[in-house]
Amino acid sequence: MSEAQLLAGWGRTAPTAARVVPVANASEVCAAVGSAGSRGIVARGLGRSYGDAAQDAGGSVLDLTPLCQVHDLDLHQGVVVADAGLSLHALMERVLPHGWFVPVTPGTRFVTLGGALAADIHGKNHHTDGSFGQHVLAFDLVTADGQLRRVDRERDTDLFWATAGGMGLTGIVTRVVLQLLAVRTSFMSVDTERATDLDDLMDRMVRTDDLYRYSVAWIDLLARGRSLGRSVLTRGDHARVDELPASRRTDPLAFAPRSLLRVPPVVPGGLLRRSTVSAFNAAWFRKAPRERRGEVQRLSTFFHPLDGLRDWNRVYGPAGLVQYQFVVPEAAGEAVREAVELLSAARAPSFLAVLKRFGAASPGPLSFPMPGWTLALDLPARTPALSGLFDRLDAIVVAAGGRVYLAKDARLPAELLPSMYPQLEAWRAVRERVDPSHVFTSDLARRLRL
Amino acid sequence: MNALGQPQSVLLVGGSSEIGLAIVERLVRDQTRRVVLAGRPSQRLTAGAERLAQEGAGVDVVPFDAADLNGHPVVVEQAFAGGDLDVVILAVGLLGDQLAAEQDVAQALDIVQTNYTAAVSIGLLASQALRAQGHGTLVVLSSVAGERPRRSNFLYGSAKAGLDAFATGLGDALVGTGVHVLVVRPGFVRTRMTAHLKPAPLSATTDMVAEAVVTALRNRKQTVWVPGTLRFVMSALRHLPRAVFRRLPV
Repeated sequence: MSEAQLLAGWGRTAPTAARVVPVANASEVCAAVGSAGSRGIVARGLGRSYGDAAQDAGGSVLDLTPLCQVHDLDLHQGVVVADAGLSLHALMERVLPHGWFVPVTPGTRFVTLGGALAADIHGKNHHTDGSFGQHVLAFDLVTADGQLRRVDRERDTDLFWATAGGMGLTGIVTRVVLQLLAVRTSFMSVDTERATDLDDLMDRMVRTDDLYRYSVAWIDLLARGRSLGRSVLTRGDHARVDELPASRRTDPLAFAPRSLLRVPPVVPGGLLRRSTVSAFNAAWFRKAPRERRGEVQRLSTFFHPLDGLRDWNRVYGPAGLVQYQFVVPEAAGEAVREAVELLSAARAPSFLAVLKRFGAASPGPLSFPMPGWTLALDLPARTPALSGLFDRLDAIVVAAGGRVYLAKDARLPAELLPSMYPQLEAWRAVRERVDPSHVFTSDLARRLRL
Repeated sequence: MNALGQPQSVLLVGGSSEIGLAIVERLVRDQTRRVVLAGRPSQRLTAGAERLAQEGAGVDVVPFDAADLNGHPVVVEQAFAGGDLDVVILAVGLLGDQLAAEQDVAQALDIVQTNYTAAVSIGLLASQALRAQGHGTLVVLSSVAGERPRRSNFLYGSAKAGLDAFATGLGDALVGTGVHVLVVRPGFVRTRMTAHLKPAPLSATTDMVAEAVVTALRNRKQTVWVPGTLRFVMSALRHLPRAVFRRLPV
């Protein structure tokens, strides 16, 4: 048994100690689950959940990253069978040269397949393609009895959808069967436009989002008055070969993203304050073209701009950062305005704020997306009066019939969970069936009394 | 404990301590939903529990007698039986009567045992329980009286000096375990315990201590002085020649 280690989420807040057990194959996972102690066990991938989802204070945390083989790749159907610890980055390197891409990617390539399924992640294409779980055909799951079983989307519907978005609390996913997306190039054809305020932005998105597979808007949350909600909207699709400049056409599927810079381990706190973020946001807005059509961008530039800066979460200093992402139904656009007004009035220094429209929800009872508007923002954990600000955002979200994203949450009061996730009891019923003694647990599960 | 350093559950050892209850009330107004009070059954303890329940907390009461050292393990076990505790506040204290205690060794030992021996016992037991759960903060109510002994209350001061050293060392020992120790050094706090005394300069209220502790928890601090200026005042006083310090009217 290994020594206890301190673990925190990507936000680097609230670290707790657990025994970290690296596992490299399914039988090691079964053995670890079988010998889990009274404090339980949870899987951890690359630690990109912002809050406390992949930590289990006093218990065991399985490090799934050594479990990262590709077992089968059907190049005709675009179906891959791979271990849960494989990162989307590694998967892209493997399949892109053959003209396949991951069906859903978040803002970073450095998440594992298992984590992507457990959080039922979404990307810029949610309005057209749905969430990650909707592209998973089946997976292998080690359940509380220590048994490895194949969970098929058609045959084990309940367990499948309780696991997709289930935050790792139904078992340990060891292998995923994933349907990939066919692409002709490793480039994107991107349209960029500026929106002068929130109404302008939401109007553009409602009218023309459906013309694009991918769409997302960056919002300047520090803008006020007539500029409230000014944004840069970037939308696009995978480029065709004939859209590439001639020099790129010889090797249209080339993919070699680089990390140029790494943030040093110790960064003084307080670099991100109102003045610096405000200046950055203004510059970022003005730098964007008023309107530009058909720009060819690398995949990594379009999808994963922050992956170019390794350990970017360190920029927030030792106190860390807190992410807040909510979704409200399509008809509750007014709630987005309320939230943006509240954040602007609070002068909260957020510079990674994005707005996007979600499409149809997946059947997962704990899955986050629902048709409507989602706003994600991050703030330094030491921001004054942050707790009250989040409480007021919670109130707006609950009143609008929305919810917050558990993969990013690190502070939601437990009593708000049932109103945000009305299918919570259905999820609990499945969990009670497969894990009645709650062998699988986490700090998040304890905090939210899941 | 959530990302904003707000505990969801708290144990107060010395359940009728005014300072302790002020801290717990302040936490309950935030996000704390579950409270365990360990104290000697008394009207004050019951009243404290009722007040917290009215504020919306679920309150459990565990009988605790600081002098019954053999009973401490059971107290800690019962306190943790209801689930994880994010914060344990150690507020076991007895000011005593310095002059009488100088004449009566039994009284002197009572002061030392309550403020030091009992506090060390509970502090160690609680830190073991926190280690087992892999997270949590032990808040130890020390005192500036332990920073430099004064003629007027050196028995109390010597015990607090020992407790402060214990708590500081324990905090270092627990680095990397997920468990933190917060040492609180208030100056003169106006409470029932000090009602008969003339307030010293830079005296504090229980609410000031509560606010300082909540802020220190949020910022994962290891030491907090109340009021904050005392840190610099005591730093100067520590270096005064004894002949001068002895004559100070404090």
